[in-house]
Amino acid sequence: MPAELERTARPGPVVIRAAVAILRKDLRVELRAREAVPAMALFAVTAFVLFHFAFDRDALDGDVAAGTLWVTLLLTTVLGVNRLFVAEREQGGLEAMLLAPIDRTAIFLAKAAALFLYLVAVEVVALPAFAVLLLGPDLFGSLPALCALLLLADLGLAAVGALVGALAAETRAREVIGPLLLLPLVVPLAIAGAQATEPLFTGSGAPEDLGRWLGLMGLYATIFVLLSVALFDFLLED
Amino acid sequence: MYGRALKPLALATAAGAALAFGLIFFYAPLDADQGFIQKIFYLHVPMAIVALLGFLAGGVMAAMHLRTRRRIWDMRSYVAIHLSIILAVGVLVTGSIWAKASWGHWWVWDEPMLVSFLIVFLLYAVYQPLRFSIDDPERQARYASVFAISGAAFTVLNFVAVRMAATYTHPRVFSQTGGNMPAEMFLTFLVSLAAMALIFTTLWTLELGSKNASERLRRARRRLQREADGGALGLDGEGSRARPVGGAPAPATASVSAASVPAPR
Repeated sequence: MPAELERTARPGPVVIRAAVAILRKDLRVELRAREAVPAMALFAVTAFVLFHFAFDRDALDGDVAAGTLWVTLLLTTVLGVNRLFVAEREQGGLEAMLLAPIDRTAIFLAKAAALFLYLVAVEVVALPAFAVLLLGPDLFGSLPALCALLLLADLGLAAVGALVGALAAETRAREVIGPLLLLPLVVPLAIAGAQATEPLFTGSGAPEDLGRWLGLMGLYATIFVLLSVALFDFLLED
Repeated sequence: MYGRALKPLALATAAGAALAFGLIFFYAPLDADQGFIQKIFYLHVPMAIVALLGFLAGGVMAAMHLRTRRRIWDMRSYVAIHLSIILAVGVLVTGSIWAKASWGHWWVWDEPMLVSFLIVFLLYAVYQPLRFSIDDPERQARYASVFAISGAAFTVLNFVAVRMAATYTHPRVFSQTGGNMPAEMFLTFLVSLAAMALIFTTLWTLELGSKNASERLRRARRRLQREADGGALGLDGEGSRARPVGGAPAPATASVSAASVPAPR
């Protein structure tokens, strides 16, 4: 068993190489079939239109703007998480990956990385759309802080999303269980994101508490990455 | 095994609950501002603490299940979480009543404990739907364990996050009822907490015992069925060799049905 030997001899690089291979496959499928990212971006923009009519306001600022942006992005994640494993299972890709002599952690890393990249791609579309359609104050001043918040939140969302996607994919009512699981789990990110973004959108700027909310998001991402790495093996064990 | 522990546990629980009841109504002083309604504190807070510990214990037992691969740990984790969900409903209801009585609203968002509880409850409310929408019993146990461990970690994280949000918007002194509580109140609270923990443990032991008993009953029934089938088969085989259809496939179907009897829910 040369592959087995190689795996035990050099565990790190093989995991990373396998993860990169799976990630490249996922990205190629996404580029050709365009199943997740366009749908997520469209969902986000449509949600902004809905929020415009629901609030009956042409421009939002402060806590309402922060809440609208974060709730939209978190709900958009649900779409991505639903697609993450379902296609794999329907088309038998997961079985092939399980047959391959690679660590299961590689599958988690690849899926989380794919979700992270999808989220970043969606935000590249959704953030300008939000600024044009709804946001009252100028976006450019708050862009660096907002980008840091979004990237850190995406990291946590990618970890928790990959875990929830794998958990829900095996259930009978997966399109119900997935969102129901994900929404309570992202409440800490909603808290941190909305609280940190609110001063950015009031126009005054100067988010003196940015550090602690970034810290909370970092803690969240760390805990869920560690949990997922520890628990993912048990989800793909047949 | 479970039956033996149950009797002393039930007696201790009855005694503890009676003592807590007596202390709450005849020993603990009436609260100066809130009056009689403050006594719900002796029900609400112990329930919250026990439910929380139940969720955490469910996570630890789930970790034991994944580590040892013994189904009993999954059962323990399941029963602990299942009871904690029931307690959590009690926490939300009593908290709501208390909030209405002392602040005039059924729900207050600036009470981090209550808000965290709602979020944790919403998460754990998905535990049973997740569990029972997986058919294969072995996979069901594994997935439920992964959920239970993640849920326990999330519970802690969520309390930190909600507390941070609350202190940010509403700076408040935590020890309104905790720090400067009179000694009589504190003693009553401790006894109530112990009684609630005993109630939880008794119910947990009871439910595990009942699950264990029904599992054993099912197994015994299956064995009896198999023996009955086997006996009938033996007679058939010796008696009428040239028996037409019907008799021959009996052993195969009997053993298959015995093997594929659905596992306990």
